[in-house]
Amino acid sequence: MKFAGLIVMPAGFFLSIAALVLFPAALPRTAFILCALAVEAVGLIVAIRGHMENREPDAGESR
Amino acid sequence: MTPANNSSPLSDSALILDLVLLILAPLAIAGVALINVGLGRSRSAAQALLGNMVIIATALIGFALVGATFAGNTGGSGHVLHLAGKPWNWLGEGPFFLIGIGNAPIHSQLEILFEFLAIAMAAIIPWGSGADRLRLSAGIAIAAVLSALVFPVLAHWVWAAGWLAQLGVNFGAGAGFLDPAGAGTVHLLGGLSALAVVWVSGSRRGKFPKEGFATAMPGHNAVYILFGCLVALVGWLGFNLAGASLWLQAPFAALPVTALNTLLTAAGALAATYTVTRVRFGKPDASLCANGWLAGLVASSASAAIVSPVPALLIGIAVGVITPLLVEVLELAVTVDDPSGAITVHAAGALVGLIAAGLFAPLPGQFIAQLVGIATILGLFLPLIYLLFKVLNRFVPFRVDPDGERIGMDLHELGGGAYPEFVIHRDDSYR
Repeated sequence: MKFAGLIVMPAGFFLSIAALVLFPAALPRTAFILCALAVEAVGLIVAIRGHMENREPDAGESR
Repeated sequence: MTPANNSSPLSDSALILDLVLLILAPLAIAGVALINVGLGRSRSAAQALLGNMVIIATALIGFALVGATFAGNTGGSGHVLHLAGKPWNWLGEGPFFLIGIGNAPIHSQLEILFEFLAIAMAAIIPWGSGADRLRLSAGIAIAAVLSALVFPVLAHWVWAAGWLAQLGVNFGAGAGFLDPAGAGTVHLLGGLSALAVVWVSGSRRGKFPKEGFATAMPGHNAVYILFGCLVALVGWLGFNLAGASLWLQAPFAALPVTALNTLLTAAGALAATYTVTRVRFGKPDASLCANGWLAGLVASSASAAIVSPVPALLIGIAVGVITPLLVEVLELAVTVDDPSGAITVHAAGALVGLIAAGLFAPLPGQFIAQLVGIATILGLFLPLIYLLFKVLNRFVPFRVDPDGERIGMDLHELGGGAYPEFVIHRDDSYR
């Protein structure tokens, strides 16, 4: 689940790049970039949830 | 490749001032190192401080041998991709091992010196989050990866005429992504590295018992923590003023306001954290107040050279309110064991500073540039860092074995404690 969240996050980055290229006007560009950040936030929340669910007390991740 | 530009935009007196400011900047690193030590346990204090020093050394060597080649400076050359009709300068190009650095223009030398100090700061941030369980060898490996592979790419994008710095020229987004003292390049990157370290290394033994609330594990020396904050202030002034002069070409007349904004942001943050903890717990919390102060300094790295004094104070207050609340959420709700609070202080503080710099900047389109910079660091670098650390953990185990954690990192890794004349009591947190 953590990896799923972390895979989503680069999608937000590419959306922000797409906004720069596709929208010259300030308003739609800003809105699109904010959506891209929202995608990243969702990815981060999923990754954090994955950390909470996978957490074994007093241990790091398996090597 | 873009051609090199050897002309310096700064006068000789400005360059001398920048050198003096950069000589002060290591005090910020010393302050953060002291805070890292104070927020850890007494039985790991020597290992923590030695770790800070070894990590700084590793980061400097790694950056000198490999990283500086890719990071470059504003006058250096870089690799450029042409996509959608625009140039995307994505990687610096220079000689390995700093060959010929002595013949470079003084402005370029100062920029590279700034980058060296920046990576030294960025590398010690995750060490604080891994306190009391992260091996020295792991800290060294993390510093090597950050200094040789990760930081140079971002530093080039932000500072050395990379594509983020060129957002204004290529896409009309303000003056491009502005990060004069490394809020994104140093602190957001370091804070996200801290999160990755906590994810990979896990929590301290006994921190989150199977039943009940998280165990409180307060820092062992409030004097180190608070004195570290005061020391860091001096270094931060050096970083912020040198960054404004080097990366924004701010005139000398603008530097006193930048210094004033740094002070106001830190002061506002401390006042807000003091008030929040006083209201919430009945008494102000020393370590959280220290976190608030430091978060204010981190936010000032993004905004001090860009905004005016009133917004600087407001930014500080906002950071100071967020910091203690986020520390609590991360520990109690999200089970993230971050002894130094680095994720909140460095990552969240930097985010607030970068967004505020976009909101309060006088240039149209600056907010967009700041958002794209944040989206880049968060969306691209966090997954990359976690992946690198995950692979690194297979070769250099991050976490010490249970016996080492029980007896303390000092005895386990160094063979002696930081306070040999003190009696070490049994730890009640082991259940």
